[in-house]
Amino acid sequence: MRSVAASGKVVPVLFGLACLAAAVALIEGLIRAGLINRFIVPLPSEVGRSFERIIFEENVLMRLLVTCGEALMASLLLTVVGISLGVLLHRLKLLRLATETWIAAMASAPLVLMYPLFLVIFGRSAWTIIMIAFIAALPPVILKTLEGLSSTRPVLINVGRSFKLTPSQLYWKILFPAALPSIFVGVRLGMIFALINIVGVEFLINLGGLGQLVNELAERYDTPGTYAAICFVILVSVMFFIATERIEKWLRPGS
Amino acid sequence: MADNVVKRFETPDGVITAVDHVSFTVRAGEFLTVIGPSGCGKTTLFNVVGGLIDEYEGRVTVAGDTVRGPHPSIGMIFQEESTFPWRTVIDNVAFPLEIAGMAKQERLEKAQHFVNLVGLDGFERRYPAELSGGMRQRVSMARTLASEPKILLMDEPFAALDEQTRLLLGDKVLQIQQELKQTTLLITHNLTEAVQLSDRILVMTYRPGKVKRIVDINLPRPRTSEIVGSDDFGHYVAQIWHDLREEASKGLKDDESRRGGSRRI
Repeated sequence: MRSVAASGKVVPVLFGLACLAAAVALIEGLIRAGLINRFIVPLPSEVGRSFERIIFEENVLMRLLVTCGEALMASLLLTVVGISLGVLLHRLKLLRLATETWIAAMASAPLVLMYPLFLVIFGRSAWTIIMIAFIAALPPVILKTLEGLSSTRPVLINVGRSFKLTPSQLYWKILFPAALPSIFVGVRLGMIFALINIVGVEFLINLGGLGQLVNELAERYDTPGTYAAICFVILVSVMFFIATERIEKWLRPGS
Repeated sequence: MADNVVKRFETPDGVITAVDHVSFTVRAGEFLTVIGPSGCGKTTLFNVVGGLIDEYEGRVTVAGDTVRGPHPSIGMIFQEESTFPWRTVIDNVAFPLEIAGMAKQERLEKAQHFVNLVGLDGFERRYPAELSGGMRQRVSMARTLASEPKILLMDEPFAALDEQTRLLLGDKVLQIQQELKQTTLLITHNLTEAVQLSDRILVMTYRPGKVKRIVDINLPRPRTSEIVGSDDFGHYVAQIWHDLREEASKGLKDDESRRGGSRRI
């Protein structure tokens, strides 16, 4: 039974890797056949060879740590503030009705274009990058927290009432755990927003980690190196995604 | 005891009286079932007795104490699946004990007793998602029993289950009720279930829900689902269906006329 369960987990991973390898091979073939311009998209094999160069010459691991640190800080801020604001809107109906549409609209606003304002406020520092990412990524966390709390099944709330739970117990023992899957969807979406903004602002203001490296390599027309650096951005995204999945399983087992 | 309970709802079509001057008494250790057609106000009555609806006319009392809000002597089992999916079976059952502030070891030991009582020993560390519908409903039952209520109030707890599981769970409920001498008030629309389990059956009319008749079920105890095949059982089912048929027909006609009306619009 255990080996069946284990193979049930391993097979999708292997299939995913096989699909990735096939896509890479296809792109390699299309470029070599001249169907894709190799000055725009480098050969995947060249990208692979450039990894050694950007690791040892461009200090990519240190830059990865810088981007990870900024993403972690922005994620912590948006989780704490986003969930708190979601809870607040759930409790205060008037505030929710007054602001929900504005928050949803804010999710699609290109806040990254306001980077000069943030530069004036926070200076050319990591805080400019963190704060833009944090604010741009807040709406999904707020809205999904609100959605999770509002869509808790009424019967679970009635169970709590039948056991005479206090409002605080009702919140922490029933509403919050019931809303966690939705909250984590919001946090994951927020992290994606945050990472896009972090790399984007690093690129724009030429400061910090992987975004700055992508900028430098692109300006040197080092396309294989640029794509290799982008692979490290994807690595950061994957690491955060796995971390949130683990935290969610720990906080809300049984899903 | 329910005394002249009336509950009205305001709807866009006007005021609807869901429960109309309903009075009854549940004796200590008795199994009383309220049966009626869909729309007769059974669930409203459940919510009033359980204290989930505060605004109503009349009085509901437990040992002379008026019920306003959920009463500590009443334990409720709901029609919908109501286990907490993020808690294991044992943690679900221990929930009311945790709320009461009982020490972890003590509450787990006590919860284990109720897990065994509903026949779920061996499943303590499983999550609800790993259980069948009938097993989850037994978890809900054990969780409510763990709070040791004086009165067990159940709203069609087996409605979502198939007939065979329903009969077998009925056996389990009877066994537990006899073992704990638990005063029980069951709300249902299922005739077989009502006769199988009850000492008395209160038949309600279709909207507005009034008491039509109270029938004593003089079938021998202890009972099991095998009683379903007896002549006496059939006699009671026929007798109650005779009362209920008229009410169910009214409900059906009302439903059809409302649907027909909306089609014309």
